[in-house]
Amino acid sequence: MSELIEPGVAERVLARALANGGRFAEVFAERRRGLAMAIDESRIESVQSGAEEGAGVRVVDGATTYFAHVDGLDPADLERAADEAAAALRGERRRPRELCAAAPQPLPIERRPEDVPAERKAALLRELDERARGQGEEVAQFTASYAEARREVAIANSEGLLSGDDRTRTRIGAQVVARRGDVVETGAETLGAHRGFELLEDDPALIAEQAARKALTLLDAGPAPSGSMPVVVGGGFGGVLFHEMTGHGLEADHIQKGASVYVGKLGEQVAQPLLNAYDDGRLPHEWGSDAIDDEGAPTQKTQVIEDGRLTAYLYDRLTAEHDGVAATGNGRRESFRHLPIPRMTNTYIAPGDATPEAMIAELDQGFYAVSFAGGQVDPATGDFVFGVSEGYLIEGGKVTRPCRGATLIGNCLEALMAIDAVGDDFFMKTGICGKGGQKAPVGTGQGHVRVRAMTVGGTEL
Amino acid sequence: MTELSTTAGRAVEAALAAGAGDAEAYASRDSGREVRVHGGEVESLTAATQSGIGVRAWIGGRVGYAFGTDLSEAGVSAIAARAAGAAAVADEDEFAAPPRPAEIEALPGLSDPSVAAWSAADAAQLALTVERTALAADSRVAGVEQVVYADSAERVAVASSTGLAGEYESSDCFAYLQALADGDGGKETGLGFGLARGPAGLDPEAIGAEGAERATAMIGASKPSSRNCPVVLDPTVAASFAGLIGGALGASAVQRGRSPFAGRLGEELAGEALILHDDGRDPGGPASAPFDGEGVPRRRTALIEGGRLRAFLYDTYTANREGGASTGSAARHGYRSLPTVATSNLVVAAGSLSFAELLGTAGEAVYVTDVAGLHSGVNPVTGVFSVGASGHAIRAGELAEPLREFTIAGDLISMLGAVEAAGADPRWVPFGGSVLTPPLLIAAMAVSGA
Repeated sequence: MSELIEPGVAERVLARALANGGRFAEVFAERRRGLAMAIDESRIESVQSGAEEGAGVRVVDGATTYFAHVDGLDPADLERAADEAAAALRGERRRPRELCAAAPQPLPIERRPEDVPAERKAALLRELDERARGQGEEVAQFTASYAEARREVAIANSEGLLSGDDRTRTRIGAQVVARRGDVVETGAETLGAHRGFELLEDDPALIAEQAARKALTLLDAGPAPSGSMPVVVGGGFGGVLFHEMTGHGLEADHIQKGASVYVGKLGEQVAQPLLNAYDDGRLPHEWGSDAIDDEGAPTQKTQVIEDGRLTAYLYDRLTAEHDGVAATGNGRRESFRHLPIPRMTNTYIAPGDATPEAMIAELDQGFYAVSFAGGQVDPATGDFVFGVSEGYLIEGGKVTRPCRGATLIGNCLEALMAIDAVGDDFFMKTGICGKGGQKAPVGTGQGHVRVRAMTVGGTEL
Repeated sequence: MTELSTTAGRAVEAALAAGAGDAEAYASRDSGREVRVHGGEVESLTAATQSGIGVRAWIGGRVGYAFGTDLSEAGVSAIAARAAGAAAVADEDEFAAPPRPAEIEALPGLSDPSVAAWSAADAAQLALTVERTALAADSRVAGVEQVVYADSAERVAVASSTGLAGEYESSDCFAYLQALADGDGGKETGLGFGLARGPAGLDPEAIGAEGAERATAMIGASKPSSRNCPVVLDPTVAASFAGLIGGALGASAVQRGRSPFAGRLGEELAGEALILHDDGRDPGGPASAPFDGEGVPRRRTALIEGGRLRAFLYDTYTANREGGASTGSAARHGYRSLPTVATSNLVVAAGSLSFAELLGTAGEAVYVTDVAGLHSGVNPVTGVFSVGASGHAIRAGELAEPLREFTIAGDLISMLGAVEAAGADPRWVPFGGSVLTPPLLIAAMAVSGA
């Protein structure tokens, strides 16, 4: 297990945290290391290296969580955090249980990024730059970024849990600006995983080519249509559709506050029987995977929709306790400076049996959203919005011209029920999800998916 | 000299010793707290302290950056050495150089003593008052998803090998809630918020009432028909768009051909109604400070005035590229980030029309009170946008039925040209950065609904 915090120190800190009472105490210790750099105007810049360590201590008493965080991992720092967390309580001293160390296996990292010389990473970005600029004269600007981040975490709590994880994520991104006269378009692509530098061994510059292709294609784009129509959503990052439309609404904190359209829907038919969906924090190498969540619970695979029926919510420790169910390993936090909250890990619609070609061929008029720039939902009202990064018109069963500046909007329950085809061309992509001021790496995935009717918000009326 | 300035100075020395030709250190220390309230009870109470340092090292025209939380002597030396190491990986850039020191005028009033004077229990009471007010405001308010109160007091010190040295203290606080109202077929949500330098400056009743009012106002909302029509943006929405425009006026995006405003300096882009400044010293501005993220004095810069694009925003590097002067626009998200060009406080000048007069001028229009999907629905390079929206219909110059699930679309340049009038009552909004803006009337926008 991690050497971040010694068991003896953890026990002492937990005892101090419960000095004024409380039914539960926890210490979360973390060491963060990272390196990032970028290429812009064919020059390597913004080379930055970070190193942070610290801890957060929480004490739960009744319905209230008392939380304090400090920088540094010296025993004195941890005790200070414990004292601050306990400061507002006024109860009887409680004793934590004796710690019993668990040894979850961190995801395997074949080639530690920190062992690869920084110059090699710079060379990789130059390779991306050349590849993108080689796609045509109309590629006017290229930027790319490289980032590696390692998070070593240790968690101990008053119920005797002592666990830890060692997580390394690597990601590159490419952005192209293409120009033809006055027309300017952009294209972007990313590649990331819970993996080391081995992620980048197999032609990473392909993403530069893909980003360039998107931007160049869009140079021929016309305005996006407006109004309600059938929409075919592409695979991979198209899965952000399900992440926003359903995933957030299944997070138990929203459910328990009555701030989700999925309240009281457990066991009900919320989608067509062809739909099966999961949250899975254990997928090998995936961006949203970890060995344990940030409360020490092992990550797991949770089926949230089975043959169109809603089967599960996503829980962290406190919300699971509230509902009297087992936690689902979804208690995540951005860092030791944040409290854990229920979060998705890798969320996806399982592959179906339709082909993308057939889905499109059946449509006389429609919109094809190959990928999104992102999305947003208000889980309480169910209203969502997705920015389309690459979209096309569908006319007479065929994909015709590209469209710029389209947004999809709608309401979760209606749109989920309106999915009438799920493709067999499944794959996963990476995303950064924001919730309650905290960012988390999440995986999204699906094959092509067709929604019978959705509002496309363009400028062509 | 305070401990923080001493630490910054030591980091500069250490970077020079590690081989940097020039170096700069940005150190900060802050303490803050957050209270979350739900159902009449405190859900969580957070006490936070954090401190750290970020070091920028120059080796010739190569720049590297490193940051960390270990402020011991050995820790700071290690961070400085990593900065120098990072510089060795970067490519040479002839314009990269540390800023020269300039006279920094003090900016009093950035720290509110009520932050220190209020106990956590006082802060919790404030948050509970917000919730109680919202629940009592209207019987259709079904609950409050959460009330959040947060404050922080921060000290910042900057030092460089070029002789720059500065330090200041500031405080800020905010409270917001998401109120839930029972609608016809489901829930409606409404945001209420307030910003101040300390809790004494917040009005919890007003915050609670705003959340309740916004949530209940949406009950029974329907989709508007798709059309081109005038649109009135409330200050929260106007601020988001001002922020997008301000972002595209940063010289970094402009110089690299990634802004719709590139090559348009001096052009007539807007009507007389829109006057936009960046003001890093506005006494009421949440982002105000005596100097920016690299120690250059903050100032006021006219961006759009008399209908014309007057200036872009510069940090030292982008100013060097044009042989000009920095506008004090180097922003940092704390010690973890390299300075980047960004707005400080954006100020949209108030006009003369009351809200009722603004609606009257709009005639048959749409009033937008909320937008969603700004991070994915706006292309900052081209300025083309399409975002989700909700609000109300305006009929014969009066607010009418609530509207939801529609988009407003266009591009930032056309939108600027279509600003027809600014309302008389501005408000500080934490969206789009930090923005002071009144409601704005846009002559025409594409509304897409049913």
